[in-house]
Amino acid sequence: MDIDALMMSGALERAAKTTPEFGRDRALLIPLLHRLQDELGYLAPEVLQALAQRLSIPLAEVYGVASFYDQFHFSPRGRTVVKVCMGTACHVKGASEVLSLLQDRFQVAVGGTTPDLAMTLETVSCIGCCGLAPVISINSDVVGELSCEEVDPVIQRIINT
Amino acid sequence: MTYAMSVQELDSWRQYLADEVFPPERERIRVCTGTACLASGAGRLVEGIEAENKRKGSHVEVIKTGCQGLCQKGPLVQIDPKGYFYQRVKESDAAALVTNALSAGTPIRRLLYMDRDTSQPCERLSSIPFYRKQNRIVLRNNGRIDPTNIRHYIATGGYTAIQKALQSMTPDDVLREVEAAYLRGRGGAGFPAGTKWRHTKKAPGDVKFVIANGDEGDPGAFMDRAIMEGDPHSLIEGMLLCAYAIGASYGFIYVRHEYPRAVKNLRIAINQAEELGLLGENILGTGISLHLDIREGAGAFICGESTALVASIEGARGFPRPRPPRLSNPGGGVWGYPSNLNNIESYACLPPIIEKGGKWFSRIGVRTSPGTKVFALTGKVVNTGLVEVPMGITLREVIFDIGGGIQGGKRFKAVQTGGPSGGCIPEKHLDMPVDFDSLNKVGSMVGSGGMVVLDEDTCMVDVARYFLAFTQAESCGKCPPCRIGTYQMLQLLEKISQGRGERGDIKRLVELGRFVQEGSLCGLGQSAPNPVLSAIKYFREEYREHVYDRYCRAGSCKGTGFFVINVGECLRCGFCEDACGFDAIKVVKDAYFVDQAYCTKCGACYDACPVDAVRILKKRQFELTEEFKIPAESLEVIERRVHMTLRDVLESKPSVVHTVSQDTRISEAVKLMVGKNIGAVLVVDEDDQLVGIFTERDVVHLTAKGVAFGNRPISSAMSRDLITFKASVDVSAAMSVISDHKKRHLPVVEDDKIAGIITYRDLVSYLLPEVVYMAREIY
Repeated sequence: MDIDALMMSGALERAAKTTPEFGRDRALLIPLLHRLQDELGYLAPEVLQALAQRLSIPLAEVYGVASFYDQFHFSPRGRTVVKVCMGTACHVKGASEVLSLLQDRFQVAVGGTTPDLAMTLETVSCIGCCGLAPVISINSDVVGELSCEEVDPVIQRIINT
Repeated sequence: MTYAMSVQELDSWRQYLADEVFPPERERIRVCTGTACLASGAGRLVEGIEAENKRKGSHVEVIKTGCQGLCQKGPLVQIDPKGYFYQRVKESDAAALVTNALSAGTPIRRLLYMDRDTSQPCERLSSIPFYRKQNRIVLRNNGRIDPTNIRHYIATGGYTAIQKALQSMTPDDVLREVEAAYLRGRGGAGFPAGTKWRHTKKAPGDVKFVIANGDEGDPGAFMDRAIMEGDPHSLIEGMLLCAYAIGASYGFIYVRHEYPRAVKNLRIAINQAEELGLLGENILGTGISLHLDIREGAGAFICGESTALVASIEGARGFPRPRPPRLSNPGGGVWGYPSNLNNIESYACLPPIIEKGGKWFSRIGVRTSPGTKVFALTGKVVNTGLVEVPMGITLREVIFDIGGGIQGGKRFKAVQTGGPSGGCIPEKHLDMPVDFDSLNKVGSMVGSGGMVVLDEDTCMVDVARYFLAFTQAESCGKCPPCRIGTYQMLQLLEKISQGRGERGDIKRLVELGRFVQEGSLCGLGQSAPNPVLSAIKYFREEYREHVYDRYCRAGSCKGTGFFVINVGECLRCGFCEDACGFDAIKVVKDAYFVDQAYCTKCGACYDACPVDAVRILKKRQFELTEEFKIPAESLEVIERRVHMTLRDVLESKPSVVHTVSQDTRISEAVKLMVGKNIGAVLVVDEDDQLVGIFTERDVVHLTAKGVAFGNRPISSAMSRDLITFKASVDVSAAMSVISDHKKRHLPVVEDDKIAGIITYRDLVSYLLPEVVYMAREIY
């Protein structure tokens, strides 16, 4: 991954414009982490190392920042990412049952990925779709009004995705 | 930048667009493409309508709007020019919609919203109860315009406020309007925006920042998302007004990473505004500039805290820091520059305020909290979705009139406002006005505007545990009161909800909560105990039941309760026996019962029973069924709202107990009774163990039989069939037992020692306040 090319891209150029010179490298750290993860799927050690070198920030700090935020991942993830919403509305409408059902069905722990890299199961604190609770997201699609009895079509959809 | 407009050109272009974009006679279908409606299939519906257009060769305009509010009934559709409102529209309805839009016909009945109260279909949005009480200021464009088309925004009067400000107002004028409006921060704390702006404006330095906080992390709140997705230009215009007033030339919109659509729509909006010269250098030719950029969060709730948000923008871990310096002070904002941070909703309030004046805004709502507030109404309520109501409306109006009451005819229990920082409000406060100060007074807060309705099936221990688990996981770990305190509180709550609570746990929880509130560095820790403390304040009884009775009245905490089978209702189907994984269901003489020694209280039998014959009892109830063989079903009658034990009664009267030995003469006992003015004496043996009771009634019997008292020992005349009670027995249960056995004196025995004696009269005088209270409830 060519980090220099990435830094010249439109979105990051704009980021640089609203940032004072002295804080620029560090301010670009989180947007760059996002971009790298979007393209590579996860943040491998070499990527973090290259980023640290390019931004002249110690690797420990780069990792420190990246690991603070839940959305950055350091190991490969599945092709399908299923996120079960654990928001308040989903909680009172039985999100934990949906979660344990998916765990059983795919034999995967929360935050884990199936060995064949087909699916990653995660929880998210709120998708913001509370009107349709309980809700899960399959990659970027949101599926709402789930119930444990009718979860089979959803499982099929996860397998097919 | 392709072409930079002047202020006058913007004005004339708007007049042109008003006729061009939304001609009133034009047939158009507005499809809600908010995240919820997309999840219900709005995307496919739009494709279907477009395909139908192509097939028919018709030109019905399709507008993909932002969230229209009634999320549960999505996908939502409005048909112009007739104004019909349809709900739960499916892809297969596309052809009918196009036909309906083209013809001047009547509405499609099956897609109309049915009013539950009148059973009448509502043809238009304005006639639906959900919308009737709303006052849409912030959400004025949501559901009307295409958020990705700046022409729509301008055509509906967009950028009028900034035009007015640039043409005829000084920055100070703008600031004064905001102060006159007394706009309080919509992020939750309710700090007056005008005061904040003035601080930032006064701060020395040329470089200043405006920041919009779109890190809407509260579970159960999604109004900021609706604005960012559905009306991004009103946010940009609000930020422009702020930048103009305080003299800022740089700005950030900090958005959660979980809202990709919001990021996308904001990016489009910023690009469009820049192309037209509404953002960037030399805005509308006035020499003012504002460079706006989006920063995405990365899944850290704490980054909604202002100083943590600044740290995150600077590229560091999102740790909060002590204040002062505040963000508005030099050295406090991003890279040390004075910065003004407001919530998305606060900024979206600004264009109407500048357009119509601060006075107009301050007259809406209540004096101390003017304006409207958007709430995300969710949970066990019929109509879930986004509602915008004037401040000062009562909770009852929001939940029952707009929300349509509780789902499935269940009973309302509480409403949780303010997410993990707020609290639970019980039924008795339902008629309270919703504003910043009133909610604070009852231990909750407006917060970001989440409003989760809880019904009788929701356990208040579980809800508190849920929120604490959230804040505990999201605590950044910088300060120990929050890091360790929330962890310990969570441990206590988990213990309680698993039926392992101990005496004193509730008190410990409250003490710990106060400590975390006082000792934490930032708002997250200071408010984290709120859900727990308010739940204990209003639902202490439920907590006590978990701790002392091992019972969860909502039936949602695994490991609590004593499972018994109501033999009278049991069908002997055996489903419970099959469901039980621990062989705890036994059959004796064709009757099923639960063997408590094997029962793990998993609830499988309760779920499996087709006729609800499996009952979950409290520990105390269970003891009563075991000890006195009271059938489980009559316990429900016995159990009253107020739980008083015999200990309470004993403590309410002088604790003198008169005992006599077995060989005491009857005449002496009678003398004692007369002298002390008592109706009974207890008879004990050499070891002070209770063996009998001698009462007035025994005297009556003796007299009736003509037996002379003489020197006869009391043991010959006393009653030996004693019923004794433990001090922990419920008053109601004791009463029912002694009524059944026609007793008037209740000896209370603790650890083989006589703790006291309670008479019928004691019970009546003790229960008098309760009787009066009940009578008042009836009449």
